[in-house]
Amino acid sequence: MDAVIESLPLYWNGFLRTLFLSAVSGVIALLLGTLLAAARVSPVAALRGFSMTYVEILRNTPLTIAFFFAAIVLPRIGVKFEQFEVAAIIALSAYTAAFIAEAVRSGVNSVPVGQAEAARSIGMKFSQVLSLIILPQALRTVIPPLINILIALVKNSSVAGAFFVLELFGYGRQLANANGDQVMAVLLGVAFFYLLITVPLGILASTVERKVAIAR
Amino acid sequence: MKAFFTRRQSLLVAASAALALSLSACGGSGTGTTSNPTVAEKPSFAAGSTMAKLSSAGTIKIGTKYDQPLFGQVGLDGKPVGFDVEMGKLIAAKLGIPADKIEWSETVSANREPFIEQGKVDLVIATYTINDKRKQVVSFAGPYYEAGQALMVNKDNTSITKPEDVKGKKVCSVTGSTPAATIVEKYQAELVPAATYSACLEPLRNKQVEAVTTDNVILAGFVDKEPDAFKLASDETFTKEPYGIGLKKDDTEFRNWINDQLESFAKDGSYKKAWEATAGSVIKTAPDLPAIVRY
Repeated sequence: MDAVIESLPLYWNGFLRTLFLSAVSGVIALLLGTLLAAARVSPVAALRGFSMTYVEILRNTPLTIAFFFAAIVLPRIGVKFEQFEVAAIIALSAYTAAFIAEAVRSGVNSVPVGQAEAARSIGMKFSQVLSLIILPQALRTVIPPLINILIALVKNSSVAGAFFVLELFGYGRQLANANGDQVMAVLLGVAFFYLLITVPLGILASTVERKVAIAR
Repeated sequence: MKAFFTRRQSLLVAASAALALSLSACGGSGTGTTSNPTVAEKPSFAAGSTMAKLSSAGTIKIGTKYDQPLFGQVGLDGKPVGFDVEMGKLIAAKLGIPADKIEWSETVSANREPFIEQGKVDLVIATYTINDKRKQVVSFAGPYYEAGQALMVNKDNTSITKPEDVKGKKVCSVTGSTPAATIVEKYQAELVPAATYSACLEPLRNKQVEAVTTDNVILAGFVDKEPDAFKLASDETFTKEPYGIGLKKDDTEFRNWINDQLESFAKDGSYKKAWEATAGSVIKTAPDLPAIVRY
């Protein structure tokens, strides 16, 4: 335990970095994912095709490949970053957006067709139907899966530790290496800090769900 | 019969396979030279000792690095090669175990102590620096080699020649390794943490870091593979890293025995031969066996 207590400042640094990566990637992924879902149900065939290709490729490749691409392949073809955090955020948000797009799409599918028909019948354009009628209802239905995806995102951010970003897991590895005699305690410490983010997220999910639930 | 993949799926599979192939095309080859030490016939050991157990089992589990050219590296054929590997083979031979009966496993920097404690390996020979913290959970035979920390830079870099030059600059090293701690604490570099040393090569090539630091012998291995891309900042080293052979804590009998063997390898020339077959391809002067620390 000594190693864990002595290293609390390092854990804290790692915790903040993990929180930062997850929060920024989470916001970008939510926006990008919703846009992708909108493109997927849009009347424009090219947008539908793009969205489907994007989602299928990102959803079906391992996250490490996305990281490899962002951190190593992009710089090689000329896209360079000062900080590796940028690469991590690109990889995490691009990957997570694919899952969010699918969750939102399932929410859109759950909105009764009559809603869209009624909206169109009073002269709304597609963009209005989607943003005023369909998406608000769709997003409410998919709060639990969305939070699941965000929890997965927090845990997935540990992959950044293998791609030059010192986050919680990266510090964990550093501490484990420096304290060869207390590896288990160090790793339990890492687990504790992850729970500190993910458990409140779960609680938040149930609260929000209760608040915005719609009776059908 | 229904096709296993639909047309769309086969396209996706083909595309991802092509991507995977192009990514793995940059794998290394390794030196490939190996020696075949003479295996002792029916050696006898005190009953109940680790040596007797391993000898009668006819197999030994050794952990080594898989990504450190010249010391421990596994090429596409799956066989580890390097100086550490040769040391393992020599020791196994003294136990009457031929090289093909050694069960190799990969021990990266973070899993060496747990693997020894859990008995997943009998020995760890993996550019493993002896230090006091590690000694609290595992025991060390040796040292069998003394390396030192150095810096590797891009071929065209002239601004870094000594460790003092990296102050405030980005330097890549493995998280938690001794060299990483030294470059940050003593020379105030900004650490870019990697999981393995080989992972540092791309950022260096892309100039996202200015140098890579670890033990000179490891860097020499990288330079050897890509002499047109990288070079050592200087031939001098700025720390002393005694490499030991890790084994279960307090198995003093086994440790003393290994120490005796190391000394005998130095005497009969097999130590020098092992060096020349591996690391000697880059570092021409064969080292003398450092004074064994018996504690």
